[in-house]
Amino acid sequence: MTARLKRLGLRGRNLVTAVPYLWLIVFFLIPFAIVLKISFSTTQIAMPPYEPLLHWAGEKMLQIQLNLANFAFLVQDDLYGTAYLNSIWVAGVSTLICLLIGYPIAYAIARSSPSTRNILMLLVVLPFWTSFLLRVYAWIGILKNNGLLNNFLLWIGVIDQPFQMLQTDFAVYVGIVYSYLPFMILPLYANLEKLDLTLLEAAEDLGCRPWQAFYKVTLPLSKPGIIAGCLLVFIPAVGEFVIPSLLGDPGMLMIGKVLWTEFFNNRDWPVASAVAIALLLFLVIPIMFYQRAQDAEAGGGVHR
Amino acid sequence: MSTSPRAAQQKFEPWKDPEAKPYVRIEKITKQFGDFLAVDDVSLDIYKKEIFCLLGASGCGKTTLLRMLAGFERPTSGRIYIDGVDMTSIPPYERPVNMMFQSYAVFPHMTVEQNVAFGLKQEGLPRTEIAKRVVDMLDLVKLGQFAKRKPHQLSGGQRQRVALARSLVKKPKLLLLDEPLAALDKKLREHTQFELINIQETLGVTFIVVTHDQEEAMTLSSRIGLMNHGEIIQVGTPSEMYEYPASRFAAEFIGSVNMFEGRLIEDEPSYVRIECDDLEVPIYVDHGISSSPGATVWAAIRPEKIMMSREKPQQADNWASAIVQDIAYMGDMSIYLLRLDSGKVVRITQPNTYRHADDRITWDERVHLSWHPESPVVVTK
Repeated sequence: MTARLKRLGLRGRNLVTAVPYLWLIVFFLIPFAIVLKISFSTTQIAMPPYEPLLHWAGEKMLQIQLNLANFAFLVQDDLYGTAYLNSIWVAGVSTLICLLIGYPIAYAIARSSPSTRNILMLLVVLPFWTSFLLRVYAWIGILKNNGLLNNFLLWIGVIDQPFQMLQTDFAVYVGIVYSYLPFMILPLYANLEKLDLTLLEAAEDLGCRPWQAFYKVTLPLSKPGIIAGCLLVFIPAVGEFVIPSLLGDPGMLMIGKVLWTEFFNNRDWPVASAVAIALLLFLVIPIMFYQRAQDAEAGGGVHR
Repeated sequence: MSTSPRAAQQKFEPWKDPEAKPYVRIEKITKQFGDFLAVDDVSLDIYKKEIFCLLGASGCGKTTLLRMLAGFERPTSGRIYIDGVDMTSIPPYERPVNMMFQSYAVFPHMTVEQNVAFGLKQEGLPRTEIAKRVVDMLDLVKLGQFAKRKPHQLSGGQRQRVALARSLVKKPKLLLLDEPLAALDKKLREHTQFELINIQETLGVTFIVVTHDQEEAMTLSSRIGLMNHGEIIQVGTPSEMYEYPASRFAAEFIGSVNMFEGRLIEDEPSYVRIECDDLEVPIYVDHGISSSPGATVWAAIRPEKIMMSREKPQQADNWASAIVQDIAYMGDMSIYLLRLDSGKVVRITQPNTYRHADDRITWDERVHLSWHPESPVVVTK
């Protein structure tokens, strides 16, 4: 029995590595293939609302019909380009703000004593115990015209009349930064916590003031943490739908909202799929180039 | 015990010169971490071009003392002067001192070259001078061909040399080395010891080395400061430390020793006689000590200073009879463990001068031990 399994390559080690592969195939590759397929199809009023790609043209002929119009449409209509750029801009700015807030937090946690460190990390992940949607709704209560923040500002006398915060870009940034900050802090903390503090002492010994040691040693060595954190914030923020639709200006064009509209309002599955595929390519290609550059820089040597 | 390469040199003993000014002066330094007294009222004078070893077991305070010299720790009390300047409250980045860390602390994100140039760039030196000094330094530590490598592509010994080059290239007045050889294997360690001494002599930098390895301290240093529980127990040259230990701790820490506890029965200016419970005859030492008769003292005798024979010695003092309990053949010499009639085990070493010695003393033989009157060192604490 075992011999037969071995012949099939089903040894313990292969089985263990098979689990993530299987997961990725079932939950990423297959859905991706389905979406890709739909993006090359044409709408029709039917169930499902798109035409199949394969046709029997009779006489043992199997025809594949690829409709490229969906992708062409994305380029022709400005709406999509604007939405993409808008989303990337909002996600980029939010990522930067997350980094600026998250880095000092992660740094402080990594430098605190081991017992407080655990408590602080618990506090960072604590918001996850409440539903994401509820937390975004809570911000409506804080930001609306007669909400917590406006009332407070009126009470201390900074402003005379309510300040329009809800349904502005500001609210979207607040929502995204608030929701995704833990995803920035966690990888940064994991990286900064590993930093060998004698490296900083060595830098000081060689003439660096503490801030120079930070700039020349801590910061470059935390690059992997910064990149991981930025990707974890940027990628979901680009496709974010809930936060802009609950907190943002209804007229604000974001690709997540466009996708929603195509899919649910226009019931145009092929165009919606094309939007999704284009978004994926937008995000994946730069990351792949980055990875390639990283590997080249490491010289294929042993990674620490 | 390996011999020091310094022995061949002319005498270098600035500490004996009352005119000489100490280069590093450690004045009544105390460092307390909470309730723990890491360094306890240490005063030391270290002279220019010395290799001074702080020797002691882990936790004896030697590293804390070194870190205070580097500026990473502030002393609780006391002062540190380097070249006459009070350094006690000067931050590390402004001290004319560099440190080589035990873990080497080589920057993993920089090449060998960038690591070595780091301190010079920090000083803001012109690019051409930096390049020249880096090349010279890499040649000195024989790393020229590895200039473009990253630390993870180097062996432990090469990384150690990067750390050394990086700290020396700044031409510090004082180089602090924290266990510089601990992470190297034995062969490489011996080789590197001599290289370190050569580099030190070429550059004329003063070294302060922290080590727990007495052999390393003996080989490297001009003087050793033996530490225990935050205190300096004894300061002396390697041979002084070995031949004239001032206490039982010093005698036992450096090299191996046979310690006989006894009472002073005769105390004259020119000799003393000590009666030991473990020995049938007294120990006779040909120099006086300042203690009162009847006092408990210890006679320390090094293993290589005890002679062993089958015949009973003729002298009245300074011998014992024993049975061979164990022999360890080390090649160059053999270690004998001999059991006295009292049950005490005495350790002696004998050089294996002849290749074929069929009548070598062997297991379970009864032998007689003897030693010269100048061999024992009498300590009172």
